[in-house]
Amino acid sequence: MTKMMILGAAAALAVAATSAHAQQLAPSPTLDAIKARGHLECGVHLGLPGFSFANDKGEWTGLDVDYCKALAAAVLGDATKVKFTPTSVQQRWPILQSGQVDLLSRNSTITFSRNATLGLNFQGINFYEGQTFIVRKSTNAKTAADLDGASVCVAAGSTEEKNAADWFRERNLKVTITNFQKNDDAIAAYDAGRCDAYTAGVGALAGQRAKLKVPDEHIILTQPISNDPQGPVTRYGDERWQLIVRWVLNGTIAAEALGVTSANVDEMKANSKNSEVRRLLGVEGGFGAMMGLPDDWMYKAIKQVGNYGESYERSVGMGSPLKLERGQNQLWTKGGLLFTPPFQ
Amino acid sequence: MASVLSFINDKRVRDLFYQVALVLGLVGATVWFVRNASENMVKAGIASGFDFLWRTSGIEVPFVLTGYTQQDNILALFWVGIANTMLVTVIAIALATVLGFIIGIARLSSHWLLSTIAGAYIEFVRNIPLLFFVLFWYFGVIAALPAPRASLSLFGVAFLNNRGLTIPLPDSPAPFRWALAIMLLSWLIQWLVMRWARRRKEETGRDAPVLLLGILFVLIVPALAFTWAGLAVRWDVPVLRGFNYRGGFVVIPEFVALLAALVTYTAGFIAEIVRGGIQAVPHGQSEASAALGLRPGQILRLVVIPQALRVIVPPMTNQYLNVLKNSSFGAAIAYPDIVSLFMGSALNNTGQAIEIIAMTLAVYLVIGLAVSAFMNWYNARIALVTR
Repeated sequence: MTKMMILGAAAALAVAATSAHAQQLAPSPTLDAIKARGHLECGVHLGLPGFSFANDKGEWTGLDVDYCKALAAAVLGDATKVKFTPTSVQQRWPILQSGQVDLLSRNSTITFSRNATLGLNFQGINFYEGQTFIVRKSTNAKTAADLDGASVCVAAGSTEEKNAADWFRERNLKVTITNFQKNDDAIAAYDAGRCDAYTAGVGALAGQRAKLKVPDEHIILTQPISNDPQGPVTRYGDERWQLIVRWVLNGTIAAEALGVTSANVDEMKANSKNSEVRRLLGVEGGFGAMMGLPDDWMYKAIKQVGNYGESYERSVGMGSPLKLERGQNQLWTKGGLLFTPPFQ
Repeated sequence: MASVLSFINDKRVRDLFYQVALVLGLVGATVWFVRNASENMVKAGIASGFDFLWRTSGIEVPFVLTGYTQQDNILALFWVGIANTMLVTVIAIALATVLGFIIGIARLSSHWLLSTIAGAYIEFVRNIPLLFFVLFWYFGVIAALPAPRASLSLFGVAFLNNRGLTIPLPDSPAPFRWALAIMLLSWLIQWLVMRWARRRKEETGRDAPVLLLGILFVLIVPALAFTWAGLAVRWDVPVLRGFNYRGGFVVIPEFVALLAALVTYTAGFIAEIVRGGIQAVPHGQSEASAALGLRPGQILRLVVIPQALRVIVPPMTNQYLNVLKNSSFGAAIAYPDIVSLFMGSALNNTGQAIEIIAMTLAVYLVIGLAVSAFMNWYNARIALVTR
């Protein structure tokens, strides 16, 4: 009898020990590589104020940059451990496919054919973009339909290139589209008078407008001609890494919905009675460990970078020169489209 | 045993063995690379194969010679790119050759100012990167031209502004095809006349009215043919409506800028080749011709240049190939060449980098080899024939 009890206790202990030690996780070569090299490799835009832009000291700021910082904080505990790789429209997919970066956070539109043929997965939406045009005020154009006969500068290989061609063709309007290799080349040619309009997303245009010689002479048409949801992109495979990328984004949105900010995160962690807040910040639930991260992953991200709303206001919102309204990028509870599945 | 040894030691057998081994090795390595790449792409979920060529392209091109529209497939876009690359290359080669010859001969002129200006131009051009030229011409061209509403009108039918040169377009190309055929035919007649006149002069010493016939066949007949063609069709004359002129064909500023950059840049190199070729002809040849009473122009045309050409043609092939390859700089200023359209837009829309880059490589290779073959043929033709 005692023998049996000892044996049973030993077996129970063994099971408990193994399960307490480490839950069996799917292998994640990307996460292992990041931990080994000590920093995250993040592919960003060449320079788009409000989204990813390096100042004269080489410090990157912007909405897309902030997401990578939050991810670095969640994975490595330090938001500064990110190396940003600026990529052109043409470079972005090969650089991710070849494994030179761990992810792209580069205002790239989610489309079916990209998802199906490039070997890439889009992990959520951090910006609802809509394509529109910037024109000279002197043209008196109010909507895209007023651009009949105009010539339009665009970046080659962007969704805007095809969108614009389709949109005008469907309406029997004739525009001449001139395709440049880089956004900056296209906007420089527009500024030099080569085109009547330059087309890009509303948010992108708000940032790029500052690059024009006399920004006040130009106006951004308010009515978008497309929906261009954008978000972080990863390669196929390595599902655990995809999980992390997806849920850090969800976490920053959930934090805003739950009222957790970089200012009150310590207090929330110590005192909040809300179960979802407690699970998000790693007080209970052990969510971090389920992905192979420390349980305070989202606490670190929010403490160091802030929630989605803070990031938005600072990068493209009222606290920035772009002064974009939240619009569709508001939480679903406040009339926007941003939504996150529950942390449960 | 001895026969086996002698077989192994046979030089021809060994040579054959090494060559076969080399070819097999190369083929094997290529097969391995291709299989490896496609296997890895399948594993990574990246599409491969050439099916994408038949998908709708959806890309609007501002400068089309082939009748392509946005609704055509990507293969059609590929042809547009090739046509545009060929167009700018062929015209740039012709113009750069003419300009290069003029500058190269000017460089050798005894006129101090002329030779100094030519020398300065050559040094300037050869020491500046081509990209600078392309961007300089592009922003120069755009800045120099007026906005559409202030267009320069050429006889009220063609209009020049910073959107390009809008020219009228005939409603049907058929009469122009006839005119072109008539022009080529009349040029051929003139060539035959010249051959006949030369032979007659050699045999009888009598001149034929070649110049008069030349004016008739080279200029007047083609001019009449094209005038007829111009009257036979209805013209789509551009009209200013809204933002720009509607109708007609637009020669875009990107084309003009790229052409100007390629011509001015390459002419500097061609000038040096021409100068070197002319100087390679022994001075005694010019002196002897002068002693025979030939005028300086005749000396150059009849004695020096025919001999100089043999030195000039081989390095010229290199320059022509450079023009072809340099035309890819058009991508920097949105000239819709093969690099910009196919390796830019189409590659981005389909993500099929390996296939698209391989096809683009093949295009440059085929055009380049064709240019080389032509130049080699020409070189053999003008080579010194020892009788």
